[in-house]
Amino acid sequence: MLEVDGLEVRYGAVPAVRNLSLSVAESEIVGLIGPNGAGKSTTLHAITGLTPAYAGDVRLDGRSILGLAPEAIARAGVALVPEGRRIFADFTVEENLRLGLAARRDGDGRGALAEAFELFPVLREFRRRSAGALSGGQQQQLAIGRALVAGPRVLLLDEPSLGLAPTVVDGVFDALVRIRERGVTIVLVEQRAQRTVALADRTEVLANGELRMTLGPKDAGDTARMVAAYLSA
Amino acid sequence: MSAPLAALDAQTIVDAIGLGAVYALMAVGIGLVFGVLRLVNFAYGQLVMVGAYTLAFTSHWPVAAGIAACFAVVVALSIVMDRVLFRPLRGQSPAVMLVATFAVAFMLQAAALLVDIRDGTIGEIAGSIASFNRAIVVGGVEVRKITIAAVIVAAVALGLLALLLARTTIGLHMRAAATDFGTARLLGVRANRVIGLAVVLSGVLAATVAVILTVQNPFVGPDFALRETIVVLVGVVVGGIDRLWTATLGGFAIGFATGVINGVLPTDKSVYLPSAVFALVILVLLVRPAGLFAWGRAAAERV
Repeated sequence: MLEVDGLEVRYGAVPAVRNLSLSVAESEIVGLIGPNGAGKSTTLHAITGLTPAYAGDVRLDGRSILGLAPEAIARAGVALVPEGRRIFADFTVEENLRLGLAARRDGDGRGALAEAFELFPVLREFRRRSAGALSGGQQQQLAIGRALVAGPRVLLLDEPSLGLAPTVVDGVFDALVRIRERGVTIVLVEQRAQRTVALADRTEVLANGELRMTLGPKDAGDTARMVAAYLSA
Repeated sequence: MSAPLAALDAQTIVDAIGLGAVYALMAVGIGLVFGVLRLVNFAYGQLVMVGAYTLAFTSHWPVAAGIAACFAVVVALSIVMDRVLFRPLRGQSPAVMLVATFAVAFMLQAAALLVDIRDGTIGEIAGSIASFNRAIVVGGVEVRKITIAAVIVAAVALGLLALLLARTTIGLHMRAAATDFGTARLLGVRANRVIGLAVVLSGVLAATVAVILTVQNPFVGPDFALRETIVVLVGVVVGGIDRLWTATLGGFAIGFATGVINGVLPTDKSVYLPSAVFALVILVLLVRPAGLFAWGRAAAERV
């Protein structure tokens, strides 16, 4: 459903992503792990149009979305939960969620908001509060909820667990399972390798801008293989 | 000082509020475009100038038709400026964009002079709407009709804009774009629609200001509204250009302060007005570089 084909991204002359190909099927959760600077975020930025690609293609349901403006890609059904959450701190929680509706093609804003509230009840409780007053975990829920109200077919998440306490991370990962149950395809970029491998249907290990290895959920318990994955990187 | 300062009377306050209202309208026009494009439009005054010329050249038309022409021409020129210059330069450094608007400003001024000089004299008179400048006396205070109109128009325009920004979806999108354009686009906010609306609204405000200023001073020349623009730009920065309402307050404040100082200074000392106003500006910038009305986080971020 989402296909990345021979993607290459350069910053100046320096390649950040090299010949990366990745195919994600409907309702699949695919993890993307690797050390800092491996090109994980850059890959997500290229898919969402924030960073231009040097070569390759990105297709959604067989249709190329590469080179479209970020807002057009969002409308095509690809939502990104950006690193650092990027919520609008001065806006209310509800206003943040309503912004997510910008990418929605049908007009069912009310239904979409209700679904987000169902998934994250705390957002309903605090909907009139300013988003900046939420805790880090609540802000992450808001960022995910904001992406979901767009009704995306593919949800990309860039390190959603960053800076969160372990129990809060549990909540975020549980939410991802429930989101997938609703038929949303998920690509998860993470530093927490073991948890990602355990959650995802498969996890790709990225290093120096290239895919190095594919891990399955069973590998999460296999410490030797996990270490090898990172060392090879 | 040889002459004593004149008393701060009701007349001075009324005039100062009228001036503040016009400057606030200009400040909003500049602030709206800055919000979505991070571009300080120095050529804003030339939009007003072109509007004033339109009023002058149509002064043999019915008043309403002349005013309609003024709005049409100014809004059209705003859109052309956006398409030809602002959008292609979007994302360039602020210095590049500022210099580009300088170039547009002086080009439009020079073009206006060429059109104006065809009849052998510099300056045109917008006669038809000058009658709105008559004064009425309210409680011993002389109030010009245009001052009342300016205050009402400014209040209504700012009120409508506040409603648009607070209550509508496109207003929410504009606020989001002004806060973090990249993230707004990522969420599906259409950049061109938001910028287009900001540009059109700022053009409508420029046309409004053109009508008010032309009533107050029907003698239209190529440097029409130039001084006002510089003062408003200063006011916008003094108030805090990062936010629309602080920029607006800054515009109002510098207009009001100019009016008050002008009223308080004895007539033979009025040559000191600009130096007094700008000395005040320097003082404010030194004390509150983030903006006079920027509090809390916005002020802290700049420190």
